[in-house]
Amino acid sequence: MSVATPPATTPPKPGPERVQRSLGARALARPEIGATAAAIAIFVFFFVLAPPFRSVEALSTVLYSASTIGIVALGVALLMIGGEFDLSSGVAVTAAALSSAMISFQLSLNVWVGAAVSLVIALAIGFVNGWLLVRTKLPSFLITLSTFFVLQGVNLGVTKLVTGTVATSNISTMDGFTSAKAFFAGDVPLGFMTVKMSVIWWLVFVAIASWLLLRTRTGNWIFAVGGNQDSARAVGVPVARVKIGLFMGVALMAWFLGQHLLFNFATVQAGLGVGNELIYIVAAVVGGALLTGGFGSAAGSALGAFIFGMTTQGIVYAGWDPNWFKAFLGVMLLLAVLVNLYVKTSATRRK
Amino acid sequence: MRSIRKTFAVTVAAASVLALAACSSQGGAQAQNQATGQSYVIAMITHESPGDSFWDKVRAGAEQAATELNVDLRYSNNPDGGQQATLVQNAIDSQVDGVAVTLSQSAQVGPAVQRAVEAGIPAVAFNSGIEDYPDYGIGMYFGSDETLAGRSAGERITEGGGGKTLCVIHEQGSVSLEARCAGVLATSPGTENLQVNGADLPAVQQTIGAKLQQDPSITHVVTLGAPVALAATQAKAESGSQAEVITFDLNADVAAAVQDGRIAFSVDQQPYVQGYMSVQSLWLNLSNGNDLGGGKPVLTGPSFVDSSNIAEIAEYTANNTR
Repeated sequence: MSVATPPATTPPKPGPERVQRSLGARALARPEIGATAAAIAIFVFFFVLAPPFRSVEALSTVLYSASTIGIVALGVALLMIGGEFDLSSGVAVTAAALSSAMISFQLSLNVWVGAAVSLVIALAIGFVNGWLLVRTKLPSFLITLSTFFVLQGVNLGVTKLVTGTVATSNISTMDGFTSAKAFFAGDVPLGFMTVKMSVIWWLVFVAIASWLLLRTRTGNWIFAVGGNQDSARAVGVPVARVKIGLFMGVALMAWFLGQHLLFNFATVQAGLGVGNELIYIVAAVVGGALLTGGFGSAAGSALGAFIFGMTTQGIVYAGWDPNWFKAFLGVMLLLAVLVNLYVKTSATRRK
Repeated sequence: MRSIRKTFAVTVAAASVLALAACSSQGGAQAQNQATGQSYVIAMITHESPGDSFWDKVRAGAEQAATELNVDLRYSNNPDGGQQATLVQNAIDSQVDGVAVTLSQSAQVGPAVQRAVEAGIPAVAFNSGIEDYPDYGIGMYFGSDETLAGRSAGERITEGGGGKTLCVIHEQGSVSLEARCAGVLATSPGTENLQVNGADLPAVQQTIGAKLQQDPSITHVVTLGAPVALAATQAKAESGSQAEVITFDLNADVAAAVQDGRIAFSVDQQPYVQGYMSVQSLWLNLSNGNDLGGGKPVLTGPSFVDSSNIAEIAEYTANNTR
């Protein structure tokens, strides 16, 4: 809880104090400052230790890796700023990909139609998560854990029922596939390097979310709801709408990544995605979002995903023993969070 | 009138008694029918993580055999060894006639299977545990010798002028996947393992792509599952590497990739046969006292699928039987 005190007891901040704070101090109070420091440290680390890491191709792979984490992590970060979190996001990605593939194939529709119907389904999942939360007042941990299990079962059961196997049929020859692939999973030549379409979309989404958080009333609402729900309600913030909207935001991002998954591989296996929900949460946390809500940023989630992408790929570029892969990853992430925490506390102290 | 009705009633009663008494409790076609199907309940307990197309084929084979033999097949699965052992115990408790199990974590599951055998329930091991199954009193084994399969793949790589081979492990700590890569290493020196997260296909593609960029001297990439193979072909295309992709296991997409040359060959352990034979052999054991393999494992692979035989096999992959 960052600001638990109701507005009335907060002494009015004198204007001059804000002026007195230096530019550096203000920068240090930003949520993503710790992640920036960690990202630079990890980049330098692998730049020195792993020669292949220095190439543009490597950067392209790292960015791609970061984008497939970062897209959903962005939705998750906004949700966490709003004080909730979502364990169903990993399997929701698979659910969105499966429904899109099956609707297109079984009904012989243009794949764009399948993707659109799948979007409606994904948003409905997000809505149900949020609606259940505001109606039952149960912790989001329990609600979304239930959704996680339900989706896991439904993904498997429905796929088996519809296709007779546990993977969807290949849709690569269907109408609209080429354009959908270009849109969701194509290559973008930038001259000096080629990046995946998902990277471009990721950056666009981060920009939109940053604008939403920092420049709109909705952004203020999100921070208020995550900081203190009751005082937010007292000053007229539509808490229920904000929370449901945030869950639908996660669902939207999950849908997008699901479409990337589908159009990149043309088929989807029903068991995918389990475990990824934690990676999204880790990326949001490394990027400065607080587990307790009310603090964080969109750019921070992007940095968190970038750190994750650099670490996973960097270990490979460095050519380290693969048996230790997960251990390296864990240590790297812990260090990132510690650096993050250190910078954040020293920033608050200076305030 | 009355006597006629009485006579009729007596006749009906007598006929019913006669009909009932006529059912011999021993032998005959009725009993044979029962003995050869209806009465057998077979439990199949695997370490499948839900939603894997490989296990779907195993199950399809088992179900096909169960239908043909009129067996009541009870399939259950849990990737956790301890939980899988509990499922075996459940099968013992519900007094099934036979159990078919995978021994991926033999130390945990094996003792439970041994209890089944001691309780007089014949057991068959399949897919994994080729080294360990005799330790638990299990009579039969159907599966691929993973080390042998790896060695055969490695030999073909070396014959094809292999330099440096990358062996991609998509499940951390899996004994059978490690055995495959160890087999590849034994006959194709210069093999290096790479760990990827099999539950996240874009991550698999990114990691393999990163490795191919890091080490341009890689000439062959060996993947150990069909979806991973497709991610590897994408990674190869994107990194501009010239490495040949080789895979274990098949599905319709891998078959198509073998057909158009994106995948050099597939080492198929024929999961459909593993499921089918486990049920079939238990049925033979129960109904006819047979034991297949004479105490030795019966190998269902490695069966190589390449450009020479893909035309014939592709159609079966579409049916989910290969």
